[in-house]
Amino acid sequence: MSQLKRFTIDPITRIEGHLRIEVDLDPHNVVKDAYSSSGMFRGIELIMQDRDFHDVGLFAQRICGVCTFTHYRVGTEAVEAALQVQIPTVARIVRNLLHASLFLHDHVVHFYQLHGMDWFDVVAALRADPVKAAAEALKYSSTPYNAGAGTYRAVQQRVAALVSSGELGPFANGYWGNPSYKLTPEQDLIMLSHYLDALSVQRTLAQAMAVFGGKNPHPQSLVVGGVTSVMDIVDPSRVAEFLGKMESGVRFVQTGYVPDMRMVAEAYAQEARAGEGYGVPNFISYGAFPLDNIPWPKGAMLFPMGVFNRATGRVTSLDAEQIKEDVTRAWYQGPEHGVYPGTEATIPDYTGYEADGALNRSGKYSWIKAPRYDGMSTETGPLARLLIGRALHDPLMVNIMEDFEHSVPGGFSPDSWYSTVGRTAARALEADIIGSQVAGWVDELAQYVGQGETQTYAEPVNTSGEGFRLLDAPRGALGHWIRIDNSRVTHYQAVVPSTWNASPRDHKGQKGPYEAALVNTRLAIANQPLEVLRTVHSFDPCIACAVHIIDSKGAEVAHFQVDV
Amino acid sequence: MDSPVNWDKLPKVTGRPLEGITDHSNEDITRAVEDVDRRLHAIDPDGTVSGAFVERFMALGLTRRDFIKWSSMMTAALMLPPIFESRVARAAAVSSKLPVVWINLQDCDGNTESLLRTSDPGFASLILDTISLDYNETVMAAAGYQAMDRMNEVIAKHHGQYVAIFEGSVPLGNNGTFFTTGANAETGISLATRVASGAKMVMAAGTCSAFGGIPAAQPNPTGAKGVGDALNIPVVNISGCPANAVNLVGTILEVVMFNDNPALDRYGRPLWAYAHRIHDNCERRGHFDAGEYVLNWGDTAAQNEWCLFKMGCKGPYTYNNCPQVRWNQQVSWPIRAGHGCIGCAQPNFWDTMTPFEQPLGAKVYGSALGIGIDAAANTVGEVVVGAAAVGIAIHATATVIRDKTAPQWKNPPPQDTPPKPPVNS
Repeated sequence: MSQLKRFTIDPITRIEGHLRIEVDLDPHNVVKDAYSSSGMFRGIELIMQDRDFHDVGLFAQRICGVCTFTHYRVGTEAVEAALQVQIPTVARIVRNLLHASLFLHDHVVHFYQLHGMDWFDVVAALRADPVKAAAEALKYSSTPYNAGAGTYRAVQQRVAALVSSGELGPFANGYWGNPSYKLTPEQDLIMLSHYLDALSVQRTLAQAMAVFGGKNPHPQSLVVGGVTSVMDIVDPSRVAEFLGKMESGVRFVQTGYVPDMRMVAEAYAQEARAGEGYGVPNFISYGAFPLDNIPWPKGAMLFPMGVFNRATGRVTSLDAEQIKEDVTRAWYQGPEHGVYPGTEATIPDYTGYEADGALNRSGKYSWIKAPRYDGMSTETGPLARLLIGRALHDPLMVNIMEDFEHSVPGGFSPDSWYSTVGRTAARALEADIIGSQVAGWVDELAQYVGQGETQTYAEPVNTSGEGFRLLDAPRGALGHWIRIDNSRVTHYQAVVPSTWNASPRDHKGQKGPYEAALVNTRLAIANQPLEVLRTVHSFDPCIACAVHIIDSKGAEVAHFQVDV
Repeated sequence: MDSPVNWDKLPKVTGRPLEGITDHSNEDITRAVEDVDRRLHAIDPDGTVSGAFVERFMALGLTRRDFIKWSSMMTAALMLPPIFESRVARAAAVSSKLPVVWINLQDCDGNTESLLRTSDPGFASLILDTISLDYNETVMAAAGYQAMDRMNEVIAKHHGQYVAIFEGSVPLGNNGTFFTTGANAETGISLATRVASGAKMVMAAGTCSAFGGIPAAQPNPTGAKGVGDALNIPVVNISGCPANAVNLVGTILEVVMFNDNPALDRYGRPLWAYAHRIHDNCERRGHFDAGEYVLNWGDTAAQNEWCLFKMGCKGPYTYNNCPQVRWNQQVSWPIRAGHGCIGCAQPNFWDTMTPFEQPLGAKVYGSALGIGIDAAANTVGEVVVGAAAVGIAIHATATVIRDKTAPQWKNPPPQDTPPKPPVNS
């Protein structure tokens, strides 16, 4: 063991929030052990205590500015669940449309801006032949997005100007030239070009959210009981504006994002087949995009919920009571086997770092708790949603996954999904699935409005109650638990997707999904954590949500917590 | 880039005109234009930087017209006379000479995301051609040691010359350990002090870094403060939850064109963006004056764009340029979306503006009124409780600039135990 070398990566960049990864490398630069930790807290749940329930959504939204809207919706719907409010159909459709714009925006920004530079080499792209690159793009799509030798040459000129100035800006100190980059220079150039295109596509998708949401980030049109943007909903030109903006995003997904994913899957086929970055065998989803007004868990959803196990290949139905949070290795005190979030007390127990700033390997080492489903370390996110849908024989998931397996040149074996590449590919396909639904949902909205059904709000009657909302966010399973007494919030908790994925070990010593996924990763160059970043980014970490309740002396101040 | 600029030695600009706010004659404007031209010339003497900029801009398939559209929009937003349009364009080009370090503290990345939404020149242009964004954890390629090395290199190399932009509040509780970063687990306050001390100017992006924001809302579990307050330094506050991209980019342009000490209001916010009250520029203002109010979400009045005051709109207490610049390239803004303003650009709005869906004047606030709400809001509240004849009273106080200079503004002293916000009844 003395041969192992500790390597700390902090900050993990190109994510939301503050994350540290510590890995132990053997003499061949292979990761033998890994630890995931976060160190940023705000305490939004305590701040929420005693507030008017109408304000819950706007407070909850500030958990995160990247998954903006998702906490707004789930916080608001947790209140609706507690107070038994049934929102009108039009409001449900508009919330789904807003959520669709978030999913597309999030997935596009993730693949290019956050994850892209794990796959493509910016500097190598400058060596590419733009004419060859234009031909290469046609291999993955018959109508490749913004492709052409002229476009590619202009991209090269722009970036070359930056490089020659000596000030690389955001590209400085990158891992350029690392042998773990597998794309050809021409493919690098295609990715770099789409990296720049994605910056304007994401702006358009954010505009789509603003049509019904008022602004982005942090839209402002939901209320307990419905939505407020009725003027935009009843105005056909606004609905068309929304659809137009979404369609330009969908076109990018179909002719840029998904083809690029095929290209990456082909280039990194060996890593995918070898299962590099595969973590734990359990996958969870609460479902996403409710398609009717039947309350959860009975209603139909675009993405079905459930718990999938790789070994059995089967989906078991979701039992919310099986969700427990274990704090054995997190900076809290608590019972050994974890507690259901709805009844959980939070007792901070901050023990800090080792003297040299390293994580305390034998004790507690993160503010992130360890949610476990039925005692198991469980992954959540787009891959979970697709695996669950496919196992339940949902034609949308079955077809798109089979199609991808066959359309990647050289093929993409069913086992390849259980890898870093597979996790990233699932996100691209999910964007495609959601994109394919938008026009239908907009039609549905127009039909209701056309029939004079313009009710967007149902007034809450009750002022006290208890409940929870489980609904998938782009990054996976998101749950908010709430209790309201006489209009005031008396209990609030959220268990957020990245809590599942970034969790530390538990009382059984089971690693969290990031930690498990990193073991056996080999670094091509010892001090360049490129492969570690690639796998961690494939989960799309969102760490701002790590906001537990602590007062300034570190003592417990309330039974509220929101973790990642 | 090529040859570094010494920002302290650039020609100074006297009398930056603010249309509609300052009294300035034609001679004043002419003098300011000449000063700005001298300054921009000193930054880019042979015009190579601006020339290359326009070339790259056009190479993207954008036209000169696109660029002029953008620069005239930005000129208007900056409250400059139209003669400045070409100067704004040139300032955008030469601002690549200004090193920028963006540090995320106790944040949600909402302001980084907001900056991503900036339009022509878009974010691609911003990072490639416009500003020299030398450190930003959300977009930078490097991680871990390579990232930290980069930051240390930039703040050493450009000592005294870079702009530090902070996003998120600084937690001071538990010895600052509610935020730690880097392999040595450095606290947020230590990092912020280190980065701010070598900066030529410190900007706070968003209400959390400006005033503490949501982490500092009562009971402020982590002892969070705004950057200026925590470090006890003057800061240019670009508040908002999040800050509008126009205001972030505009402030950088203002620094390039004029100086690093823009005219600020008493909360340290640039006057060009935060001088006017939302209420006074609101498209629904006529309905307020006519006494036409939305009384329930989605009712007929809501479909007819009536005033949201009775649904809790905080436009009368909030100073920001949302009604003019709107959001996401003028697609919408919260009042257009039928919700009303929540006062997100004001200090302590999470405590003083809540419940968001109730008019402030309908509740007795007691001492809470003292926190961050200005006298004008006080007046509105009282008048509304009283009755109808509100319009004129508000208008009279509308564009009063409380303190034209106030460069050393600091957050109001924290209350020991701020009152609990009232609940909707």
